[in-house]
Amino acid sequence: MAAARVRIQQADFDVGAELAALQAGRTDVGAVASFVGCVRGHTRADDVSAMTLEHYPGMTERAIEAMIVEAEARFGLQGAVVIHRVGRLLPGERIVLVAVTAPHRRAAFQGCEFLMDYLKTHAPFWKKEATPQGERWVDARVADDEALRRWGLASANAGVDADSGEH
Amino acid sequence: MKLTLKYFASLREALGAGGPLEWTPEAEPTAAALRAWLRAQSPAHAQALAPGRAVRVAVDQALADESVKLREGAEVAFFPPVTGG
Repeated sequence: MAAARVRIQQADFDVGAELAALQAGRTDVGAVASFVGCVRGHTRADDVSAMTLEHYPGMTERAIEAMIVEAEARFGLQGAVVIHRVGRLLPGERIVLVAVTAPHRRAAFQGCEFLMDYLKTHAPFWKKEATPQGERWVDARVADDEALRRWGLASANAGVDADSGEH
Repeated sequence: MKLTLKYFASLREALGAGGPLEWTPEAEPTAAALRAWLRAQSPAHAQALAPGRAVRVAVDQALADESVKLREGAEVAFFPPVTGG
């Protein structure tokens, strides 16, 4: 049986094996595009010694599956896989894989970017960074909402607290 | 009405993971009304769910507007803006 195309897991993944699996047994695939997101060891302000990812089990899988269905319809994708890790990750470790197949490169590039932009703003994951100043939840970025709006989708995930609380 | 309440990330740290909830709404049972009712439950709730805070809502595991009307048995989750990827 084929592995699920949306997987939330603590374990790392094998990018080469996942790309090969997308293409396995078919001769109609003309393009495979992928994105791998990794933990960075520093941000603008601080060193980051680790990152802990939390998610909403059930909703996460449903949300990403719906995104893939949308991407398939928009770009004529032939296949897709999204793997997102949760738990504690160290700098340099992989966080997320988005990979898609299509007959031609443009659809593959666009489908992959669309899925990442969608995931960043609508999949229920939360990152917490460990820094020398202590742990802190990562703020959502308005730029990520703007990225999704370029695809014609409404997005208002990021929002700063209106009271002068912690930021 | 019976609901299942869930909190995630910073809201989970402040208020716990949530659980079954028996709620008697005084008016339209919207997510906004539930959030307002929850604010009255403790000072921690009042702070974490304050009107100015960036809090997102999901109803039955789909992102929702706060104006959405809740139905009996719904799963309602409150959480901060998402930051995956």
